[in-house]
Amino acid sequence: MEPKKITAPLSDDDVLSLKAGDNVLISGVIYTARDAAHKKLIELMEKGEPLPIDLHGQIIYYVGPTPARPGQVIGSAGPTTSGRMDAYTPKMLESGMKACIGKGLRNQAVKDALQKHRGLYLAAVGGAGALLSKKIKKCEVVAYPELGAEAIHRLEVEDFPATVINDAYGSDLYAEGAKAYAR
Amino acid sequence: MRELSVSTITDTVAKMCEEANVYLGEDVSGALKRSLEIEESPTGQEVLKQLIYNLEIAKNEQIPICQDTGFAVFFVELGQDVHLTGGTLEEAINAGVKQGYTEGYLRKSIVKDPLYERKNTGDNTPAVIYTDIVPGDKIKIAFAPKGGGSENMSAVKMLKPADGEEGLVDFVVNHVKAAGPNPCPPIVVGVGIGGTFDRVAVQAKKALFRPVGQPHPDSRYAGLEKKILSKINDLGVGPQGFGGRVFALAVHIETFPSHIASMAAAVNINCHACRHLEKVI
Repeated sequence: MEPKKITAPLSDDDVLSLKAGDNVLISGVIYTARDAAHKKLIELMEKGEPLPIDLHGQIIYYVGPTPARPGQVIGSAGPTTSGRMDAYTPKMLESGMKACIGKGLRNQAVKDALQKHRGLYLAAVGGAGALLSKKIKKCEVVAYPELGAEAIHRLEVEDFPATVINDAYGSDLYAEGAKAYAR
Repeated sequence: MRELSVSTITDTVAKMCEEANVYLGEDVSGALKRSLEIEESPTGQEVLKQLIYNLEIAKNEQIPICQDTGFAVFFVELGQDVHLTGGTLEEAINAGVKQGYTEGYLRKSIVKDPLYERKNTGDNTPAVIYTDIVPGDKIKIAFAPKGGGSENMSAVKMLKPADGEEGLVDFVVNHVKAAGPNPCPPIVVGVGIGGTFDRVAVQAKKALFRPVGQPHPDSRYAGLEKKILSKINDLGVGPQGFGGRVFALAVHIETFPSHIASMAAAVNINCHACRHLEKVI
């Protein structure tokens, strides 16, 4: 199946046009955040203070890249395990985030929140950090530089490959894919 | 007695850190290429192709295979006829890790206090080092940068001797099933059997240092490795957990004699980037 091209940030229509199992190529602007940055964002939300980035329509990529060598845009930049962000994801969706990219299982609360707020959970190929780095054309730190690799980076991506795991309709590729090939 | 300056160890370790994170051994890349012929799922095949292409880019452009360049784990066999000069073995290895991770543009992923401050040490030290004193005047250093995502999917269980082969197989298969897509399949599964609570975990780790697909020398355990591998792949989890026939590339078992009351078992999982390297000085 040919991958579908999408452009970030995403609209509700973009989200609703995609189903679990779809392969996508993402272009546009996405932001990075791991555990430490999520914790800081949620603290600001709870205090009702402004966030360093506008989350509306955004795709958040769970990644902590290696340092770039001179002349490189970014170092190796594959996805990290998403489950560590489960505690924060429903709040992020509530605040406008439309999709997140990582790898691995999500809990039921996240899956429910994706349906409620019309969001997507995408997986990039874990451990393909060198390949994925080539899809990132520009990279700059926009918040929390003190977190190093865990700072929030703004990334300009071109045809960044990912697969829809959980869609806004409650489907789950991890459950369905394994069922199809189990013996 | 052979005299050896620890600076030789530091230099060797620094090079190993850089090399292991950029070049994947042919044992693993070969297994990935062979798995492409076995995989039935189109999405699974696409994942395997991306992983193989990723290795090319990593090698050609000196970009780490994965951004998680790991906890530096070493198994050292130190010949008892070697006299180290100029420092200790542990200091020398940690100095090599610091140098390799800094000069090689590798990610520093270690925090000093595990519970409270969790402040990064800044140079990926300290390493985890296991040392055996062996006959001879050589030093064998085996290194693996161990990623956190797959390491988190580890388990130890104190089985009963009566649980037997069936109990062990159930423990391993059920554990790997629960881990699912998290440890970046296709995975390599290290299994430890026997010893104490702590020793069995080390055996499972040691199993991941074996060239991928090299069977256990005892044919009974080699057979058991095959049996567990087949059961794991029949789960259908597939590459990256997207569904498919290749969930694992290999199962490696390492055993240790057991107490009469126990049958300890451990599972330590490696992602497809099963990076490991060995040098003899």
